[in-house]
Amino acid sequence: MPSPSQDQAFSTSRRRFLQQTGQLLIGFSILPALGKLSTAVAESGTPPFADAINTWLRIDADGQLTVLTGKTELGQGIKTALMQIAAEELDIPMKNVHIVIADTGRTPDERYTAGSASIESSGGAIREAAAEARRVLLGMAATELKVPVDQLLVKDGVVTAATSQQSVSYAALLKGKAIEGTVTGKAPQKDPSKYTIVGTAWPREDIKLMATGQPVYIQDMRLPDMVHARILRPPVYGAKLKSLPDNATGNAAGIIKLVRNGSFVGVITRDEYQAIKAIRNLQQKAVWDRPLLLPAQDGLYDHLLQQTGNSEVVERNDKVEPAIAAASNQVEAVYKRPYQIHGSIGPSCAIALWQNNELTVWSHTQGAFPLRSTLSDLLRLPETSIRVIATPGAGCYGHNGADDVGADAALLAMQLPGKPVRVQWMREDEHSWEPYGSAMVMRLKGGLDKDGKLLALHTELWSDTHSSRPGGKAGHFIAGRDLEQPFTFTAGRFSGGSYRNALPLYDTLRQVVLNNCKGPLRSSALRSLGAYANIFALESFMDELAHKAGKDPARFRLDNLKDDRAKAVIETVMKMTQWNDRMERREPQRGLGIAFAQYKNDAAYFAVVAEVEIDTAAKQYRLKKLTGAIDAGQVINIDGVKNQTEGGMIQSASWSMLESVRYHEKGIITRGWDTYPIMRFKSVPAIEVAVLNRPGMEPMGAGEAAQGPVAAAIANALFQATGSRLRELPLRPAQINWK
Amino acid sequence: MEKTVVLRVNGHPNSVTIDPETPLLYALRNHLQLNGPKYGCGVALCGSCMVLLDGKAQPSCIMPCSAAATHEITTLEGIGNQQQLHPVQRAVIDLQAAQCGYCLNGVIMCGKQLLDENPDPSDEEIREALQRVLCRCGTHTRFIGAIKKAAVYKRQ
Repeated sequence: MPSPSQDQAFSTSRRRFLQQTGQLLIGFSILPALGKLSTAVAESGTPPFADAINTWLRIDADGQLTVLTGKTELGQGIKTALMQIAAEELDIPMKNVHIVIADTGRTPDERYTAGSASIESSGGAIREAAAEARRVLLGMAATELKVPVDQLLVKDGVVTAATSQQSVSYAALLKGKAIEGTVTGKAPQKDPSKYTIVGTAWPREDIKLMATGQPVYIQDMRLPDMVHARILRPPVYGAKLKSLPDNATGNAAGIIKLVRNGSFVGVITRDEYQAIKAIRNLQQKAVWDRPLLLPAQDGLYDHLLQQTGNSEVVERNDKVEPAIAAASNQVEAVYKRPYQIHGSIGPSCAIALWQNNELTVWSHTQGAFPLRSTLSDLLRLPETSIRVIATPGAGCYGHNGADDVGADAALLAMQLPGKPVRVQWMREDEHSWEPYGSAMVMRLKGGLDKDGKLLALHTELWSDTHSSRPGGKAGHFIAGRDLEQPFTFTAGRFSGGSYRNALPLYDTLRQVVLNNCKGPLRSSALRSLGAYANIFALESFMDELAHKAGKDPARFRLDNLKDDRAKAVIETVMKMTQWNDRMERREPQRGLGIAFAQYKNDAAYFAVVAEVEIDTAAKQYRLKKLTGAIDAGQVINIDGVKNQTEGGMIQSASWSMLESVRYHEKGIITRGWDTYPIMRFKSVPAIEVAVLNRPGMEPMGAGEAAQGPVAAAIANALFQATGSRLRELPLRPAQINWK
Repeated sequence: MEKTVVLRVNGHPNSVTIDPETPLLYALRNHLQLNGPKYGCGVALCGSCMVLLDGKAQPSCIMPCSAAATHEITTLEGIGNQQQLHPVQRAVIDLQAAQCGYCLNGVIMCGKQLLDENPDPSDEEIREALQRVLCRCGTHTRFIGAIKKAAVYKRQ
């Protein structure tokens, strides 16, 4: 395996790309390296030595540190944060630190990059490995310098004896050899109060590359002899290809191969636009058996509500129903969330190469290892013959078309040995075939005593799955279902995504029941999963309860919370917005709304105040400002947390105000940005975020904390401004009673 | 079908053998190996493929090469590089105004046109100038800040 110092010797732009994305091997010596790495993986089935220091960290003869993570970069800045953790623990300057992201041939298997868990999981593992490496290196230095370990100091990768001032670098100790040893988890870790790199706003180096048009994304990869392809997707779920005339591509130029396997059709061409034109021809000439897409959209929520046969009690408390029945004030409300899209700005893309009985797939998947096992199922190839290399793409925000297009590219590449096949989905493919965030219905009941104190909360919810990731089963690929001998899709049992954050954090009696449903549209993980809708419902409902109790909604939340960190984020946004003053003043045409959640009830705390301005004459409203406060424990990169939180707030505002997938019996209607608009610059609110750093506390995932609270805060602000309670997302002005 | 089309890109003429109805975007990316303009929607609704045509920001995904050949084309690569950054590029880096960065091309190209025409734009004018660009990560407010900062750099 080439060392990072070799990486640095390259200077052409292609080599820079390879270096930046950790794929040095592409186009140079991929095949021998691939064979060798595959064998190493073959021996154990899982990464060779998951607990070896060398699995996570390598220091070369020039003192360059390479961090290996099984997680992938999705635009969230994880590469920088993980490098900061390793650099901090080892006292190596950031300029000498590099990182390789998920690659089934090189890195540990860390499953999916999802659930805002990378800092906790991969970050934790890298910190332990780095602490262990430091212990090993200090042991070696003690021998070399003939002084006890406790008299050694480290600065910039150089170990110095306090007494003699003699020193030796990590690189000189290792001389290019691996850091021997296993990660015991017992090596002493640096005291967080001494951190100088972790917690700072270390800049992401990839932004310079992005801003200057360097190759950064999988979409920018150009391999020697690469060819292009597009897929003829069915017009609607489950459609079967009845006929495709032999001359279906017309006389389109540049066609290398038309691949058909059952209802799966792809066309491979020399130039990219030739494939696009060929597919347009095919779309006109293909004849399909088309099942109807039912139930009709106006009956969607009733369709969900009727499904109570597959329910589970998430938390039982037999006192809840009697407490509500006996309460002097009872409140009940039903909230709805439509199907919504991930909406990557760059449609999904993959490159696959089948050569010498080895398949290599470059993919912006969130799970390189699970994609490999699913490709193995699809192609009936042993995993040891497949290498999946994670390569950054456009932001995905969950399980979008990334894995599907990987399967598309693999199926085509198998039919054209020796040529890298690049497939990029068209915009309509992404909009109509990505697995959406599931439609959901939430029914909440609550009781208040005569003093307005919250007695009990009961939640019942209806949702389809929030995870249909391809965990080894080819039926999870769109293409898998379309083959001549199709794989069938069976939804997984994971229901935790559906009831995420349905359980109130408030100090009250609570019961939660989930009805697992089957909806008409394909669904999977969209940023925060069910938490988005569950928090929208709960935090809207808390506002309804506060109103019924005659209490200030912020005060009402504080009165029903015991967790000090929860209270702190709420108090912070109250202070930032002068909440108390402004609630007293009540400006005309303005509304303020507050909402709060601790993501997953165990990750970051987040509170937000939304400020809306209404235009009664025009029957419109405008979101003026969102003010948020987040506590994600120990912060690794303060600017990273801020950036993720700001982005989550704006994204959620777009979901909550504008977005809904529409369909009719012939298929998806919202196939582009014209029919599925998202928030544009002129509508974006002002954003202010405070980060409550907690050095010494566990770092907690921050990337999804804002999604749910923002939705509720906007609805609550609209209630204050208009008196209309909007319980169905998106929060359209037409739902408001303008009087 | 294929013809030789001469595209003037970033100050240099390039002879490209291509079906002249091919949208400019594909010629820039695949024939000229440029990465700045990106495919996003193919129907001029997202701004990912933005280039400057005679100094004006325009999508390159619907304009055929035959028509583009009559214009002076500038891509992200042509306004600055890692050694000599354009003020908008510099401001984006300084303010860390990106998440996934896929929309950054459109933001920078529209921002450049704006500052060429209006050295001291208001927030509203910046929003107006960036309105054609879609960002899904929610980096909008940082982009607005970056264009403001770039205006300051440019005046210095």
